[in-house]
Amino acid sequence: MRFAARVDVRLRPGIADPEGATIARALPALGFDDVREMQVGRCFRFEIDAVDEAVARQRAGALAQRLLANPVIEQSELELTALAPAGGRP
Amino acid sequence: MSTRVGVVVFPGTNCEHDVATALERAGAAASLVWHTEERLEGFDAVVLPGGFAHGDYLRPGAIARFSPVMGAVALFASGGGPVLGICNGFQVLTEVGLLPGALVKNRGLRFLCAPTRLRVASARSVLTGGVEPGAELQIPVNHFSGSYVCDGRTLAQLRDTDSVVLRYVENPNGSIDDIAGITNAQGNVVGLMPHPERASDHLLGSTDGLLLLRSMVAAAAGVRAA
Repeated sequence: MRFAARVDVRLRPGIADPEGATIARALPALGFDDVREMQVGRCFRFEIDAVDEAVARQRAGALAQRLLANPVIEQSELELTALAPAGGRP
Repeated sequence: MSTRVGVVVFPGTNCEHDVATALERAGAAASLVWHTEERLEGFDAVVLPGGFAHGDYLRPGAIARFSPVMGAVALFASGGGPVLGICNGFQVLTEVGLLPGALVKNRGLRFLCAPTRLRVASARSVLTGGVEPGAELQIPVNHFSGSYVCDGRTLAQLRDTDSVVLRYVENPNGSIDDIAGITNAQGNVVGLMPHPERASDHLLGSTDGLLLLRSMVAAAAGVRAA
């Protein structure tokens, strides 16, 4: 099976986010004075082959933990979606 | 025979020649080591110099951590050999877990390239063993992600074990506790954001970096003799 994975990486609470703070400071001048809690992170999208969803989750989670995020400063969230088989065969 | 120092070169490293020249000035024989090397036998110390290893893609040091040479660096460090990470090299050492914490974007989001004043906080490391605690050194920084962070427990541990080796006199980047350089429990692995090789000649405005590099070369000679 093939799964679409989306890993959302953001800084842990308590770690300074100077990019988020800079954007937040610019918002009132643009008329967005109603925006709160601006945070900057990264989003990774990829596809992964696995025999089932549990294995895909385990592998993609390991990738997120070992490489995509630095657990010292970042936390990650994984979303998986099963993809339809190629060619649309039944 | 002089002390042999391996200077590791990743794709994107750019301070290797400056570091090698400064090390030779500090009395060592320096050779460049390509990142695909899996062995570091024959070296008395290893330096990971500054630059942009693997383009700094993802995070500084994140990809370099998986270069074949890093297994050998970890082995070398576990055997007590002096390992020094300068700037990007410091970032690599934290990513690979040889030093705690992480380096994040500077407070103010500016790339900093300027002389900084440093205070030696501890002589308990191969890099600072030859300088007096409290001494002030002038050594430049050149980084975008040089703000040192770690959790409270790690910071307490760093302080309790006398592992903060260098502090900024005037914090340029927002590093926690003004930290410019740290060492591990054994004192043989050291990382710092300032560039000692850029303070190794009067023409560069300071020779204070040589004091640090000479300490490391002397420590390396001591390990070899032991």
